[in-house]
Amino acid sequence: MKEIDYLAPSSLGEAYAALQNGKTSAFLAGGTDIIVQLREGRKEVDQLIDVKHIPELVSYAWTDDGGLVIGASVPFAEIYEDDEIVRRLPCVIDCATLVGGIQIQSRACFGGNIGNSGPAADTVPALIALGATLTLGSADGARDLPLEDFFTGPGQNVLGPGELIITVNIPPQPANSGSFFHRFIPRNEMDIAVVNVGARIDLDAGGERIEGARISVGAVAPVPLFVAAAGDALVGETPTEDSFARAADIAAEAATPITDMRGSIAQRVHLTRVLTYRALDRALERAREA
Amino acid sequence: MTTTEKPDYKVIGTRPIRPDGVEKVTGKALYGADIHLPDLVQGAVLRSPHAHARILSIDTSAAEAMPGVLAVVTHSDLPVVADKVLDMGEGASTASDMSKNVLAADKALYRGHAVAGVAATNVHDALTAIEAIKVEYEVLPPVLNVQDAMRDDAPLLDASRHTRTPTGEESENASNVAAHNRFEGGDVEAAFADADIVVEREFDTKMVHQGYIEPHNGTANWNSDGTLTVWTSTQGAFAVRGALAELLQLPVSRIRVIPMEIGGGFGGKIGVYLEPVAALLSRKCGRPVQLTMDRTDVFQATGPTSGGHMRGKIAVKDGKITAAEVSLAFEAGAFPGSPVMAGAMCMLSPYEVENFKVDAYDVVVNKPKVAAYRAPGAPNASFCVEQLIDELARETGADPLQFRLSNSAREGTRMITGVAHPRIGQEETVQAAQASDHYQSPIEGPNRGRGVAGGFWFNAGMQSSVVASVNPDGTVNLIEGSTDIGGTRAALAMQLAETLGIEYDSVRPTVVDTDSVGHNDVTGGSRTAYASGQAVYEAGLDIQQQMVARAAQLWECEAEDVEYADGGLRHTSDSEKTMTFAELAGKQMETGGPLQGRGSVVARSPGAAFGVHVVDVEVDPDTGKVDILRYTIAQDVGTAVHPAYVEGQMQGGVVQGIGWALNEEYYYGEDGRMENASFLDYRMPTSLDLPMIDTIIVEVPNPGHPFGVRGVGEVPIVPPLAAIANAVHDATGHRFTELPISPRRVVEELHNLQ
Ligand SMILES: Cc1cc2nc3c(=O)[nH]c(=O)nc-3n(C[C@H](O)[C@H](O)[C@H](O)COP(=O)(O)OP(=O)(O)OC[C@H]3O[C@@H](n4cnc5c(N)ncnc54)[C@H](O)[C@@H]3O)c2cc1C
Repeated sequence: MKEIDYLAPSSLGEAYAALQNGKTSAFLAGGTDIIVQLREGRKEVDQLIDVKHIPELVSYAWTDDGGLVIGASVPFAEIYEDDEIVRRLPCVIDCATLVGGIQIQSRACFGGNIGNSGPAADTVPALIALGATLTLGSADGARDLPLEDFFTGPGQNVLGPGELIITVNIPPQPANSGSFFHRFIPRNEMDIAVVNVGARIDLDAGGERIEGARISVGAVAPVPLFVAAAGDALVGETPTEDSFARAADIAAEAATPITDMRGSIAQRVHLTRVLTYRALDRALERAREA
Repeated sequence: MTTTEKPDYKVIGTRPIRPDGVEKVTGKALYGADIHLPDLVQGAVLRSPHAHARILSIDTSAAEAMPGVLAVVTHSDLPVVADKVLDMGEGASTASDMSKNVLAADKALYRGHAVAGVAATNVHDALTAIEAIKVEYEVLPPVLNVQDAMRDDAPLLDASRHTRTPTGEESENASNVAAHNRFEGGDVEAAFADADIVVEREFDTKMVHQGYIEPHNGTANWNSDGTLTVWTSTQGAFAVRGALAELLQLPVSRIRVIPMEIGGGFGGKIGVYLEPVAALLSRKCGRPVQLTMDRTDVFQATGPTSGGHMRGKIAVKDGKITAAEVSLAFEAGAFPGSPVMAGAMCMLSPYEVENFKVDAYDVVVNKPKVAAYRAPGAPNASFCVEQLIDELARETGADPLQFRLSNSAREGTRMITGVAHPRIGQEETVQAAQASDHYQSPIEGPNRGRGVAGGFWFNAGMQSSVVASVNPDGTVNLIEGSTDIGGTRAALAMQLAETLGIEYDSVRPTVVDTDSVGHNDVTGGSRTAYASGQAVYEAGLDIQQQMVARAAQLWECEAEDVEYADGGLRHTSDSEKTMTFAELAGKQMETGGPLQGRGSVVARSPGAAFGVHVVDVEVDPDTGKVDILRYTIAQDVGTAVHPAYVEGQMQGGVVQGIGWALNEEYYYGEDGRMENASFLDYRMPTSLDLPMIDTIIVEVPNPGHPFGVRGVGEVPIVPPLAAIANAVHDATGHRFTELPISPRRVVEELHNLQ
């Protein structure tokens, strides 16, 4: 392992400057991906830019209209220890409590999970189901984009060379809405998702009909998938076994997985259907409780 | 459950704290990589990126010229050794194969095969230097399973290898099959023709690793006087000394092996990998050299146990097993020496089977050379036989445990080797499982099922020696040479305390190096508590005798008039004359000087172990996940010296068996690369994947041991594979004949996915 510079900017301005010093960089948030990758020689960079000293990245706040803006470097433990988030956005807790164990959760963050851009990243389908957007910043200014548009391939994303993720923005959720995230792993802990699914269901005021639905599936394509068609197929339907099964079929059709040591193509397509169905079921339960 | 009146032991059967416990839980114990020496330098090993390749040339000049680099070695630095068989205690190998495994000669035979070693002033320089070694390979197609390897047109790992046939001849054509052995008895054809029911199936298992936490390491100092000192984490310091003597062509007297604390072995820390390379590097650079592996190296380049292909056919008539025909082909890895023979000899041993034909094939493939792993060979073979037996029990409508009991081996029953069982506890063990609360409780609910399976392991005896020195305060220092993996310091100290009638706390056991005690075979084969225990007992008797003579001297009487009893001495006819152990210990100077007891044994009656397991599972048919709901293990342990450690061994074997059954496997790409060489993707069970494992200790004393001890550590890994497969069958109606029964396999088979 070669020598690497370590920088710890204390403002966005300093971070942007560091990104323009001509060296190849990676960000160091919790370090639970990047340190492993550097040590194993899977990545090589000249410098690590620590993003845990930039105020915008290490705080979170509710917006006036009920949305939640989470700094990219806020560790998961801080999120799931907040009772209000637990109450208002249980789907965020589903994924935040599931990444690694307590040591990992005390360091790791959404910015790292998203920045690492793994196809199986566990927070991503949950956040896509919730309709999250990212705020990216660079010396040229800031821009917002839907999370599902961020990824371009395994470990790849739209970030420009001088750019970083500032916040993850979860919009206010509709009144009769419920969301759920889960994954399948072969053991009960310590694994990368074979398939993971996030789902949101918005019911009408009477709780009878589905007004909207968002379904996102991970680990079945080069990038996490937002399967709009699966959600759209539920609009106007009643939440029944049949309508859920149809949506699950559409999600499974969208899956284009590979076979590797974590699962086979056939297994992953099958699991996409099973997990989507189950996620919708649990999202519905939450929507009815809402 | 004790089956005979147990002697009134004072120490045996209690649960004292282990002598090595405090050091280990406070992080002070020194493991292999904890050794630091003046001038110590670090090394690195260059490993083959190919599973099968001819090595055309190795150019080390650029690496040698790099800053910080002190020495580079390749196979050519090893002396030429003969084809002499090296018995490592559990698993044998020839010296020349071992030499080629330590550093590849003309061919790299698996990905991760060591090709060169470098010593440098720090590990970073060493790692940079190995990348500068230029190796020219001619890449060859790899052979990755026994069926491919056995084909006539298979690429050969070694063109000069021929099959040793059952008649002891060499096959005409070269082959990847190193040996074919056969056991035959009775009239199999007739028994099958006459049977009520015959079941026949094929089974496949994958290569799996022991998964010990501490990676391999070796530190060597080649002194300028030509002596070699080696520090390593090993199950057998004397086995390492013997192997180094052969590989380096040194007399054993010039080698001292210092065993460090060992972070798990399970059979995998008997062979040598890094030690000879560190020794060669140290000889070249004149400084002590340390080599350590990372987890990927451990998976790719140390011995796991075999996967293989099996075909079994068993017949029943009138509820009795009448015939068995089984063919086993096991992967040996890159060099011959799979545990296929052990598997063949174990799998039918819990039962009485008169007519049998068993074929065993030892097959080389482009994977790491296998090493021992807890009851080597038996779990795979029992995965085949115990599932067939389950099927037969079902088809005859019998309760699966009752069926096993009706067919159980007992004292006098001959195994397929022709050897008759001495007093064994097979029937008692089945009965204990039958009577368990678990087996007596119904299993209810959808997708749930129960399975049972039995298992046998020989247990080993072999050589042990100890010395016990009596201190003036009445305590005893016990010097032993069996490295302590599973609590043997405690188990041996307890047996000495019992023999001498003194307190457990009065015995202080120490594991020493090869210069400091007589020969001890490996801590393996479940032999240590048994065989070293016997040596300890003899050392105790030796002390007793000497104490009797000394008491007679003090009391000016004949030795016959003195008796050693209850931890002290007494005159048989004069009740005034008594002395405690400590009192006499305090009079050593006036009675002839320091008092030492010695014990040396070749233990020959290990007393086989039997286990019967009951497991309940729940299968999620949609995700394929198998949850272990409840697990009970009954096992004959002879005499439980330290019941807590006996239970720990039983539970540990089950845990590894659960991993093997459900998720563990070497997952290979077509290019022969193990794709899951990390603990993330090589899925051993975590604590969250396991229920409490209930243990039932059955004690049918081993007549071949003074305290009735049998080995306990290995047999508990034998039944879980089949027991779980049988439970999953009960839950789903589908028989899984291929391991692991992973979620992937379960959904693919239950839903007919491809
Ligand atoms: C034991 C263990 C268990 C794990 N379990 C899981 C799991 O269950 N599920 C799961 O999804 N992952 C898991 N992971 C992976 C990892 O913990 C997560 O991906 C985590 O969210 C990464 O966050 P981090 O803060 O540690 O990222 P870091 O390692 O600090 O960074 C990861 C990547 O993101 C980039 N990055 C960081 N911050 C920013 C930013 N502000 N803007 C742009 N790019 C940025 C970095 O450049 C780097 O490439 C596990 C890892 C370990 C070691």
